[in-house]
Amino acid sequence: MIHPIPPGTRDVLPEEMRELRRLHLAMIEVFESRGYGEVATPAIEYDEVLARGDGRTADSAYRFFDERGDLLALRSDMTVPIARLVASRYANAEPPLRLCYLANAFRAVRPQRGQMREFAQAGVELIGAPAPDGTAEVVEVLEATLDAAGLSRAVIGLGDADLYRQLLTEFGIEGEARDAILGRLAAHDLVGLEVELSELDGIGDEQAATCVALSQLRGGREVLEEARSLGGAAVERATARIGETFEALEARGVADRVQIDLGLLRDLGYYSGAILEVYDPALGHVLGGGGRYDELLKRFGVDLPAAGFALYLERVHVAQMEESRGGESS
Amino acid sequence: MSVEVAGMGRAKADGPLKLAVPRGALLGETLDALDAIGVDTSEVRGESRSLIFETEGLTLVTMRPSDVPTYVEAGAADVGITGKDVLLEQSDRVVYELLDLGFGRCRMVLAGRKGDESLGEAERRLGMMRIATKYPKTAERHFEATGRQVEVIEVKGSIELAPLIGLADGIVDLVATGRTLRENDLEVREEILTCTARFVANRVAHKLRAREVDGLTAKLREGLSR
Repeated sequence: MIHPIPPGTRDVLPEEMRELRRLHLAMIEVFESRGYGEVATPAIEYDEVLARGDGRTADSAYRFFDERGDLLALRSDMTVPIARLVASRYANAEPPLRLCYLANAFRAVRPQRGQMREFAQAGVELIGAPAPDGTAEVVEVLEATLDAAGLSRAVIGLGDADLYRQLLTEFGIEGEARDAILGRLAAHDLVGLEVELSELDGIGDEQAATCVALSQLRGGREVLEEARSLGGAAVERATARIGETFEALEARGVADRVQIDLGLLRDLGYYSGAILEVYDPALGHVLGGGGRYDELLKRFGVDLPAAGFALYLERVHVAQMEESRGGESS
Repeated sequence: MSVEVAGMGRAKADGPLKLAVPRGALLGETLDALDAIGVDTSEVRGESRSLIFETEGLTLVTMRPSDVPTYVEAGAADVGITGKDVLLEQSDRVVYELLDLGFGRCRMVLAGRKGDESLGEAERRLGMMRIATKYPKTAERHFEATGRQVEVIEVKGSIELAPLIGLADGIVDLVATGRTLRENDLEVREEILTCTARFVANRVAHKLRAREVDGLTAKLREGLSR
């Protein structure tokens, strides 16, 4: 008899579980070897505590009342719970703090291959280490993790979360128009972006062209120069931040797999400064991401800069299988 | 050279870019646009029943326009061409929309029977119109945005039939020349939006094969302005 489970969730049977466990252990070993201690937090938290981290993420798809009438929510990532944990348990610890996790999180998504409403994330949080070196350390751990998973062809996109917010402020675009433009940029809808910009009063053709051109700049160090030639204080600040991060990466010898990407936008509200996204040529979906969230801990009462990344364990597993298959056939 | 569809893997970054080409109404102009940038489309134009065509520097994969976002989102095709109507109807698919190709222009409209007031009457007396369409999400969004309540009825085939025999008070459909509407005694009541063909890319291909994707976008843009 078949008893259904909700769409976007799944059972894992022994053969897959063995592979996932191996992958999990390989990743945790990388984290531990670099001084990141593994933590676990509850899957359910008070909704208002998660909402402190990020209104949008905490707008969890799964909220419910407990027997006392308190509003609970299923976590949608691990960054906010760890920020809560650090504020509660390590408020007086000497920074930096290095924590890692492998945990399930929950989001409302359209169920399809590689997109689940319950999914496992493996990641690290480096708390109390400012940019650029803290960011570089996180990227170094990320690269070692990808190597341990056998994804030697994976690429890390490096962008800046503040670029467009500051650029639009500089252009004097506020309110609804600003949200509409950020939305188009996040969806990477260039046609819609151009229409949106052309319908705006008080923004010149040149400024509109800058916005569109910036979102297309991705590649090596040279794109920073190309961006600077487009001008503006916001671009200047963002390229300087990215440039510093890139230099810190070069100093650690881990810049080769990093693609500078001025079109990058992460959809979580708590990012500031550097943002990261991970791709592998064997998979059409993003493997994970991360970046800096220097303002997040403050919302929990601890003023510490922080950075981290999270990889979707199941997607890494799919990519790992595709990569090993590709290796056999060639 | 054309190859069999079997053995096509998931996203593969190796070999030439895979372009999802829409069969049907957009095919002719899509192939013209490809000819204009020097892609040899004679095999696709021929009698072959193959679905995949290897050309110099580009693999053409032919499919229904409504399947293009599915293939491109998954990365099975790196880039693709399809109508804006398809993209709007499948707006939950994550693809990057890079270029308005300008061709395949048509209008999404609300139409009703000529000289017949059932649309207005239904709205006035019943507070609700019944609308038949192949584009339920686009239709729902339009009526929601204009503050009206409708019952959207999804049909797959000849939508013109629905108001004629009383399944619906009106239809939301795509019209190019308006001939089908006229022949079925229907008329346009509202223009919803104008759709053209769009060039889209997979999110990962756009990052990892930046040079090739940008090169193709630039060539298509240039080819259009010629």
